[in-house]
Amino acid sequence: MSTESTTALADGLTPTEEARRQIEICNACRYCEGYCAVFPAITKQKAFADGDITQLANLCHNCRGCYYACQYTEPHEFALNLPKVLAEVRQESWQDHAWPQGVARAFHRSGVAIAAFVILGFALMFAAARWLGSSGGEGFYAVLSHNMMVAIFLPAFVLPLLSITISMRKFWHHIGGKPIGVRASLAALKDAARMKNLSGGHGEGCNFEDEDHFTQLRRVGHQLTMWGFLLCFAATSSGTVMHYLFDMPAPYTFFSLPKLLGVSGGIMLALGTAKLAWLKPKGNKNLGDTRVWGGEMAFVLLLFVVAVTGLALYWAGGTGLMPSLLALHLGAVLAFFLLMPFSKMVHGFYRLASLVRDAQQKEG
Amino acid sequence: MMNDPDIVIVGGGNAALCAAITAAETGARVLILEAAPKDYRGGNSRHTRNFRCMHDGPLSVLTGSYDEEEYFNDLLLVTKGKTDEHLARIAIRGSQDSQPWMEAHGIRFQPSLSGTLSLSRTNAFFLGGGKALVNAYYRTAEALGVEVLYDAHVDHLELNGDEITRVDYSYQGQNHSLSPKGVVVASGGFQGNIEWLTRAWGPAAANFLIRGTPYNRGAVLKDLLDQGVQSVGDPTQCHAVAIDGRAPKFDGGIVTRLDCVPFSVVVNKHAKRFYNEGEDVWPKRYAIWGRLVAAQDDQVAFSIIDSKSKDLFMPSVFPPVTADSIAELAEKLGLDPDTLTATVDEFNASCRDGEFKPTELDNLATEGLEPSKTNWARPIVDPPFLGYSLRPGVTFTYLGFKVDETAQVQGPNGAVKNLWAAGETMAGSILGQGYLAGFGMTIGTVFGRIAGKEAAEYVN
Repeated sequence: MSTESTTALADGLTPTEEARRQIEICNACRYCEGYCAVFPAITKQKAFADGDITQLANLCHNCRGCYYACQYTEPHEFALNLPKVLAEVRQESWQDHAWPQGVARAFHRSGVAIAAFVILGFALMFAAARWLGSSGGEGFYAVLSHNMMVAIFLPAFVLPLLSITISMRKFWHHIGGKPIGVRASLAALKDAARMKNLSGGHGEGCNFEDEDHFTQLRRVGHQLTMWGFLLCFAATSSGTVMHYLFDMPAPYTFFSLPKLLGVSGGIMLALGTAKLAWLKPKGNKNLGDTRVWGGEMAFVLLLFVVAVTGLALYWAGGTGLMPSLLALHLGAVLAFFLLMPFSKMVHGFYRLASLVRDAQQKEG
Repeated sequence: MMNDPDIVIVGGGNAALCAAITAAETGARVLILEAAPKDYRGGNSRHTRNFRCMHDGPLSVLTGSYDEEEYFNDLLLVTKGKTDEHLARIAIRGSQDSQPWMEAHGIRFQPSLSGTLSLSRTNAFFLGGGKALVNAYYRTAEALGVEVLYDAHVDHLELNGDEITRVDYSYQGQNHSLSPKGVVVASGGFQGNIEWLTRAWGPAAANFLIRGTPYNRGAVLKDLLDQGVQSVGDPTQCHAVAIDGRAPKFDGGIVTRLDCVPFSVVVNKHAKRFYNEGEDVWPKRYAIWGRLVAAQDDQVAFSIIDSKSKDLFMPSVFPPVTADSIAELAEKLGLDPDTLTATVDEFNASCRDGEFKPTELDNLATEGLEPSKTNWARPIVDPPFLGYSLRPGVTFTYLGFKVDETAQVQGPNGAVKNLWAAGETMAGSILGQGYLAGFGMTIGTVFGRIAGKEAAEYVN
C-alpha cells in the first residue's frame, strides 16, 4: 500500500463516497457537459448508486478538461478533483472485479512487481530455449520448437482471457448492464476507435502535459499504442491461421500478412508507448490515482519492450543475436499476457464495457 | 518584470483580458495587475457560463436569430427602462462580431446546457464555463507578450488634471509605482467588501452571501470616486438572488442556486409566509427573492416542499433537510413546530383541485389565503417533507464609472484622457436595475475590446 494519502482517504470517505460527493456538485453545475460522455450521463440522474459511480468512473478517460475548467477546485472548500477521484474508483473497480483476487492489487500498484515478473518471464524463456530447445525447426523454431511455444503460450493466452471474462461478467452486473445489442456495441466501438472522449469536445484534444492547454499529444500517443497493439495482435492471429489452416508455417517473407501487420504495428506500438511514457511524468500526478502511477508506468514500458524486441527480432532475425532476442521478446510477451487481467491493460475491456453501457443508457 | 508598460490593466477578468488582448495585438506593452492569486484569477467571470449574443441568423452554437430590437426590448423589460440606450445598443451590436472574435482568441462554445434550452437562441455557452474562458484568454494574452501579476493590489490611481499620472500597487509585500501612458480599469464592483456593503445597504448586508469572488473590493472604484470621477448606478443597490442558505460566504457560484421556490411555501424565521411563491415562472422571479429574503428578520427564509415536488427542479448542491412530519421538519430547521404546522395547514386548506403543470403558469391558485400563491399551489401533505434555507446571494453591485461610447472614464471636468473602464465597473450605466442572463459578459467583452483599442490608439 502506498504511503501517499489521497483526497478521499484524507476525509475518511471511500473513493466511491468521495466521488458521489463530487458528482452531486457537478450535477448542480453542469458547465462541463461538452467535454466528454461523463457529464451528460451524470445529468440523467439525481441519486447515484455504487454501480452508477463505477460506471461513470470507467467512462472517464482522464482527459482532465473538467479539472482545469472547474471553479471549485482547491483551495475552494468544495475541493473538486473529479479526474483523480474517478481514477481511484476506476482502479478499485478493476481490482475488486479481478479474478483471482489476490494477485490483482500487487501488480496494479507496483512497477517493481511488474519488472520482477518480466525478468522471471525472460529467465523462463532462456531456460526453455536452453534445456528444452528444439528438435530441429527453421528460423525461430530452431530456438524453441513450435509445439513448445504453443504449450507455453496457449495457456498464457487462454487463462488471462478466462479471468477477464469472469471479471467482465461481474462488472457488467454491477453497473446494471442489459443484454448487449448491435447498435450500442457499434456506437461504443466507434467512440473507442476515435478516442472521442479524449477530444475535448471541440476536437482539439485533452489537457495533460501543459495544464489547461489542449493538445493532441496524449490522444495520438494512445491511438498509436492501441492501433499498434491491435495490428500486432492481428499479425499473430494471421500467422496462426496461416500455420494451421493453410499449412504455411513461419518464417514468412516481408510481403506476407504477419510481417506487414507486425512490422507496422510494432513501429506504431513502439512510438505510441514511447510517447506515453515520455508524457506521463509531465502531467500533474495528483489528477490521477497516485497509488498506481508506478504500475501504470511499468506497464507502458513493458509494452514498449514487447514492441522493440519484436522489431529487433525482425531486423536481427538472421544474426547470432536472434536466440537471445527471441527469449527476451517471448519473455516480455509472456509477462504481458499473464499480467493482462491485473494491469492497466485491463482498462480497455472495462472502458469498452462502460461505453457500451453508456450507449445503452442513451438509447433509453 | 515589465518596468515601463504602455498600458496597465487593473483587474483580471473577462473585460480586463479582452482589453489586454486587443491592446497587445497592436504591439502595445501591457501589464495586468490582478488582485486575486492565480487559482482564483478571473473575478466573477470564472463563475459565468454564457454570453448573450445578437445574431441575424444561426451563428456558431446559436439557433435562429436574435435582432437588436428584440435584445434591447429584453433589456428594457428587466431594467424597467433604467438603461443608457446609446451604450446599451453599442454593447448589443458589438456582441455579434464579438462571438467570432472570441472563437479566434481561444474561446470554445457548446450548445446550451441541459436545463437551459430556453437560452439556446439568445445565449452562447462557453465549453467548460467561465473559468475555461478565463484560462483560454490568459493563454492568448501571454502568447501576445502580456505580463500578468497575481496578488497585485492596486490602491491608488493618481488623477492629475485630466490624466492618470501614477499607478500605486502592492505586490509581494512591497509597494510599487508605475507611470504607464494609459490605464484600463476592469476590476468589477465592490460586493466583496462587506463593510462597504453594510454602509450602503444597511446592517442587514452583513448576513448576505456573496456568490462570486471575494477580490472585488472596490478599492480603485472608491479611490477614483473620491477624486471626483463621475459615477453611475445606485450606490446603495446590489443584484441579489435567493440562494441556498448553507452556501459558503464567498464564491459559491452556480451550484448554490435553488429553484424550488415556485413549488414550495416559503416562510420566514417566524414560520410565516410573506410573499406569493407562484407569481411567475422561476426564471422571471428568482431575482426578486434575494430582496424579499433580505427584508426578513435575520435575512433568512425557508422553502418547504413535499415528496411530490422533489424532482421538479435542478438538484441543489446541498441535500435538503428531510422529516416525516411538518413539526419534525420545523424542529430540524430551527422553526417553531406549532406555527409552521399551522402555516402549512392553512396553506393546504386553501388549495383547490386543478391540473398541475410544473413548466407553465397553471393558475392553480390558493383561495382566501393571504398572501395568495397564484400558481402551482398543491397541498404539502406527502412525506417525506423537505426544507431548504434561503439567504440573499449578491451577484454584483450597480455603482460604477460613467463612461462615454469609447469607454473613456469621465472625470470631474470631462473625459480623463488616458483612463478607460470596462466590465462590471461601468455596467451600471447599461444595467441600472435587474439583470439579463449573459449580458454582463457581453458588456465586458464589447467594452473591454473598445477600451483596449482606444487605449492602444492613445499610447501608440
